[in-house]
Amino acid sequence: MTKHTDTIPETRRRMLGAGSLTISVVGAMCFCIILFWVVIALIGPWLAPYPIGKIVSMDVFTSPSRDYLLGTDYLGRDMMSRIILGARYTVGVSIAAAFIACTIGVALGMISAVLGGWFDTIVSRGIDALIAIPHLMFGLVIIAAIGSSLPVLVGTLAFLYFPGSFRIARALAVNINELDFVQVAKARGEGFFYTVREEILPNMIGPVLADFGLRFVFIVLLLSGLSFLGLGVQPPNADWGALVRENVSGLAYGAPAVIMPSLAIASLTISVNLAIDNLPRRLRDRLP
Amino acid sequence: MSELVEVKNLRVIARSDSGRETSIVHDISFTVPRGTVVALIGESGSGKTTIALSLMGYARSGCRITGGSIRIGDREILSLSEAEKAKIRGRNVSYIAQSAAAAFNPARTIMSQVVESAMIHRLAPRAEAEAKAVELFRALALPDPEGVGSRYPHQVSGGQLQRLAAAMALISEPELVIFDEPTTALDVTTQIEVLRSFKSVIRERNTTGVYVSHDLAVVAQIADHIIVLREGSIQESAATGQILTDAQSPYTRSLLAAANPAVHAQAAPPAEKQQELPLLEVEGLVAGYGRSGPNGLPNVTVLNDVALSLQPGTNLGVIGESGCGKSTLARVIAGLLPAAGGTVKFRGETLAGSVAQRSKDQLRNIQIVFQMADTALNPTRSVGQILGRPLTFYHDVKGAERTRRVRRLLDLVQLPANIADRYPGELSGGQKQRVNLARALAAEPALILCDEVTSALDTVVAAAILDLLAELRKELKLSYLFISHDLSTVRAICDDVMVLYAGRKVESGSRSAMRAMPLHPYSDLLVSSIPELRTGWLDGLGKKAAEADAGVGALLARSECCPFVARCPVRKLGVCDVLAPPIRHLSKGSDILCHLEERELLAMGVGA
Repeated sequence: MTKHTDTIPETRRRMLGAGSLTISVVGAMCFCIILFWVVIALIGPWLAPYPIGKIVSMDVFTSPSRDYLLGTDYLGRDMMSRIILGARYTVGVSIAAAFIACTIGVALGMISAVLGGWFDTIVSRGIDALIAIPHLMFGLVIIAAIGSSLPVLVGTLAFLYFPGSFRIARALAVNINELDFVQVAKARGEGFFYTVREEILPNMIGPVLADFGLRFVFIVLLLSGLSFLGLGVQPPNADWGALVRENVSGLAYGAPAVIMPSLAIASLTISVNLAIDNLPRRLRDRLP
Repeated sequence: MSELVEVKNLRVIARSDSGRETSIVHDISFTVPRGTVVALIGESGSGKTTIALSLMGYARSGCRITGGSIRIGDREILSLSEAEKAKIRGRNVSYIAQSAAAAFNPARTIMSQVVESAMIHRLAPRAEAEAKAVELFRALALPDPEGVGSRYPHQVSGGQLQRLAAAMALISEPELVIFDEPTTALDVTTQIEVLRSFKSVIRERNTTGVYVSHDLAVVAQIADHIIVLREGSIQESAATGQILTDAQSPYTRSLLAAANPAVHAQAAPPAEKQQELPLLEVEGLVAGYGRSGPNGLPNVTVLNDVALSLQPGTNLGVIGESGCGKSTLARVIAGLLPAAGGTVKFRGETLAGSVAQRSKDQLRNIQIVFQMADTALNPTRSVGQILGRPLTFYHDVKGAERTRRVRRLLDLVQLPANIADRYPGELSGGQKQRVNLARALAAEPALILCDEVTSALDTVVAAAILDLLAELRKELKLSYLFISHDLSTVRAICDDVMVLYAGRKVESGSRSAMRAMPLHPYSDLLVSSIPELRTGWLDGLGKKAAEADAGVGALLARSECCPFVARCPVRKLGVCDVLAPPIRHLSKGSDILCHLEERELLAMGVGA
């Protein structure tokens, strides 16, 4: 009896101890920054001091002042309002697109790896063909043909980036599928979806999350590129990438109009990647 | 100064990921006299490799040498700078790693890698070094010593590669050679060739060496002095003969006992039991990998015309070297690999080829346990979940009843109940293998396919697992199909033994028949290759087998002639390499696949 009471807390301590579920300081900070931007994106319209398209000042590229905390842009619009309202597009569109891309890619990748045979061949070769097309070109063609709207943007970005996710997920799943515990599950007679969901997916979640972070950054950058070409978010609305591009002439004056949106992009993308790198060990490195 | 190496109070500390420091080598002192080989022996985690590496002034990442002194010749290794250490490594002290395949760069020829250390240390011009390498290849009994250097690592066999790794280490004529488990990854029949060539080179060159191994029988052939380690400290240190005959420490005695596993198999079942329907019956089994060709055979045929029969309550051992198809046999029986031909019957019912077409009850009755306990358990599930799943899946047990059954299973494999909350990464190798077994037992099977379940474990732990298997068999009336490359393990637990070579069954018989003469020439090679626990066993052994070349056997698996002809010491050319061998029944009770008749085999001295 005493043996029992001794050993159970010991096990608990092992599970909660260093290197298991503790979150690092960097990870926590990055998580706060991400959370900050998500909140801004959600409550932006109530937070912004001025409407997004309104020209509020005759001076362009001004330094921060009491009226305009982050200065004004190349037309004299309030920069703070534009960044707050732009967060919706950058954070929302990019996260939605990255999420859809990874979900489709990982699901297809695992199914291909486990099923193998002709299904794998057809899906893999088809997706290889998609990878061969330059992203920006392909995005341009689709959006130019259908017309730009938020659902079209999210759909296009997800479509452009799911092949990379598929490749990574398939490569991981092929390796895990050969491991003995998966073979044991198959020999037990487990169904296809149980094997994929319970035996394979939990063991590839770490690399898949890291891939999600990278893909998110690429999508933010591509979205900025599309906006620059006039096919992304339509004026007077603008995502952060578009804000950088439209104010790029202010760079010579060191205007906050170009620095602030750059900082916003950097803070978000770096935070996403660092946060994923600093995920609790138990989530990241599960394979022996 | 007769001592080449003098280690005093060596201490090594390891740092875990969480930053906690543990001492893994505490206060080790020993000496290695010139021209002798000292063996460091112990189970995994005993610090033997750590000590061997520290002789080069090297500690693996996460480890740190914190104290003591290591003197080699007149140099104090631990006080040298990194640059000075680099000068010594490969020149004065060289290292032969366990996995030669990983020690060679697959993209460069063997010769360029063998002479590399001579080039780096500018010991000799290239042509001279190459001439010396060829000389070494000859001394190591490698076939085609002039030509082997221009080949690439994948073009030679594992045993040859290990000898080439030795040539790589010896080219610079080092003062000290460190052998780090150089034969552990090899088959017994290959191991013996490698050991023999190591031994002759060591004797010829009067090499000073440190030999790291977990296998007492191997060490007994090579070393002059044995140091027994456990958890980083010396248990016993004595001359080889003394350790083997008159071990003082209880730990050494337990190692010696584990090297000869006790026989657990029951006596042959009474005659009336033989009338029962066999539990498992395999006939004319053909299996392999790749697409099937026009003749209905798969691209690479691994098993060819294999038959076996297993009576309820008995154990069948399947032995053979790596690549002989023994694991494939288990996969076919488990339904993981559909057979290309032949039938598998369980209690008289023919089993479908793939898992998907078998009934749940058929699946439940045949469970498979894999060799690598590390990869056989899903690292993201707790032990409780791992054991609970087959209970839910086969028996629809849930909730508190499931927890209770999991606890009973853990009890059955002699693990504490609180282990259910742990994850596989937190268990030791032996514990993992027990969980692995418990998962198979959860299904309440009639037959367990044990695929090399003890091969990856230390001798002492492996012996404990064998004890457990024997006990479970008695308690639960199980049958095992026990696959191994180790004849002594198979003999310890099985009633019947079957020898596979290149996908063909070359001999099958009862355990006692496998001890009697004569044997199939390959079985004989297997039996005589198992190192015996006495000094001088290797020297006393005649050179029976032809040069081991596993590749040839595999290629011949499909052709008509005898699969073993390339390596057979008693082959009759013109018969054995042309005609398919017949199955002969020997008077001792076993069947063999051989052209030679019983009296011929006896006369040729096979099994003598």
